[in-house]
Amino acid sequence: MNDKIRQWSLILVGLSGLVLAVGILALCTGSAGIDIKTIPRILLQGRDTAEYSILMGIRLPRILLGMAVGGALSLAGTLLQGMFRNPLVEPYTLGISGGASLGVCMNILFKFHAVIGIIAYPLSGFLGASLVIFLVYNLNRRTQSVQSNRMLLTGVMISYVASSLVMLLMALSKSDDLQNIVLWIMGTLDEPNLNLIKFACAGSVAGLFISYFFCMDLNALLLGEEEAASLGINTTRTKKILFITASFLTGLSVAVAGIIMFVGLIVPHFVRMMTGPDHRILLAGSFLAGAAFLTLSDVIARVIIAPLELPVGVITGIIGGVMFIWALSRKQVTL
Amino acid sequence: MKPVLEVSHIHFRYKKKVILKDISFCIYPGEFVAVIGPNGCGKTTLIKTILNSIQPETGMIRIKGHELSHLSNRALARYVAVVMQTINPAAMTVRQYVQLGRLPFFEKYQFFETRKDEEIAEKYMRLTGVVPLADARINEISGGELQLASIARALTQEPTLLVLDEPTSHLDITHQARILELINTLKRDLSLTVLMVLHDLNLAAEYSDRLVLLNKQNGRVFSTGRPETVLTENAIQTVYHTRVKIQPNPVSKKPWIFLVNQQANENDPRIKRNEDEPL
Repeated sequence: MNDKIRQWSLILVGLSGLVLAVGILALCTGSAGIDIKTIPRILLQGRDTAEYSILMGIRLPRILLGMAVGGALSLAGTLLQGMFRNPLVEPYTLGISGGASLGVCMNILFKFHAVIGIIAYPLSGFLGASLVIFLVYNLNRRTQSVQSNRMLLTGVMISYVASSLVMLLMALSKSDDLQNIVLWIMGTLDEPNLNLIKFACAGSVAGLFISYFFCMDLNALLLGEEEAASLGINTTRTKKILFITASFLTGLSVAVAGIIMFVGLIVPHFVRMMTGPDHRILLAGSFLAGAAFLTLSDVIARVIIAPLELPVGVITGIIGGVMFIWALSRKQVTL
Repeated sequence: MKPVLEVSHIHFRYKKKVILKDISFCIYPGEFVAVIGPNGCGKTTLIKTILNSIQPETGMIRIKGHELSHLSNRALARYVAVVMQTINPAAMTVRQYVQLGRLPFFEKYQFFETRKDEEIAEKYMRLTGVVPLADARINEISGGELQLASIARALTQEPTLLVLDEPTSHLDITHQARILELINTLKRDLSLTVLMVLHDLNLAAEYSDRLVLLNKQNGRVFSTGRPETVLTENAIQTVYHTRVKIQPNPVSKKPWIFLVNQQANENDPRIKRNEDEPL
């Protein structure tokens, strides 16, 4: 027991160090090169300098958003993989990201945000994601269990339908709205609204907090629903709450950063290789690793064709896909 | 003596087809009862109703006097532990798997096993002989070893009633014997009450105290009692539509069933066939 806690603490300290290191790297990297040694001086000099504005007004919010979205997507992937006992399940492959993007797209077109404020973005994303998860789950219910391969196929199909509907909306939209939608769909961490960034940070940490109440239930669910129920787990209630949590995390991420693929697939997989399948360490480990991965991907996206920027989704797609193929060839993928 | 399990007048239908009809029986403390019957007769359905995974249309089940419908999953898991027919091979270690058996006893917001939980898990790992496998992953051990680990996990729940759903169906004769001997030893040493679904009639006769024979034709209990009273040639012919010869096992004197190869032995005068019986 003590050995386990010591080992897990080391992993968490290591991953936290990684997040911090990636954060500092992201602070220093950009078109205006800022040396790491000058950062304390810039912060002490105060608000009047241009470097201070770049650090605190542009780079830090972007880093915080990257960490929040990376953590949220990775956590959503971990929750879904745990529930469905399928390592290929994640918000994107299940169509949840597609549903969320349709919701946000409708919000941009119908301007709900003009009526209820900036909260309309995450709310529409959450509603779109929830609708998809409700559809995928109920279309695949067979007696008491859910068929995970069928569910994955349904998710992929719903994802196609959602992206077709997004394209339909784009075709019907005015040029201003179209530009907004295209920029947002490409997936970027360049979010100017500070309130939305604060909401994303608070939301992803809240998601992690809620997930921890169900970490033992998730461990039991690895054995299948029947065996988990025989261990006293109320599987229906647990799955409902975790579905809502995963939808919330995905909806929130898509609303503030657009579609970013593969974070929820790759990160939990690699963290699981390091920690094993125990969700007591896996949840926090995936959250931290996801935060570091997306922030690092964003740094790469900013510098690789500087002074232009690539959408971060392109980088996560390429890195994620290559790493996953490498992992598949190296070791059998299991939960 | 109060029964550990009381099944009264259970009735269950699946898509208009009657699976279980008016099923009633009791299991008393320290008994080893085997449920037998042909494929599709509702053995697993019966187990699922006892585990509250499915609810019967009518009837009542009591565990240690508590009505099943009034028990939460958690409360039920403190009374009843189950060893499934197939176990999902996750990548956790045998020790992690066995320790999951303490889950029903976790306090609210408890994230770690207590020292006592760990000691209980170790005790049952020793009893079932899986200590050498403690750090092996359950998706990397053999079917027989996995079944033993599953029994250790179920025992870690320290249940009043241990339910096993065909635990030997995919195993070789060595592991079949090992598992049933282990269950018998545990029953004797820990006064454990055991309900087991078994396909193999000889194993059921050899190891159980009582049998419950289900009849697929009407969903009812055909007979219940000691193996020598339940396992008769007529009963097996009626329920399984198969001709057998039954003789006492030379060692244990329990009934031992021999299949009759009808074509090879059609001229043997010892084998009688009813005229109206289909070939």
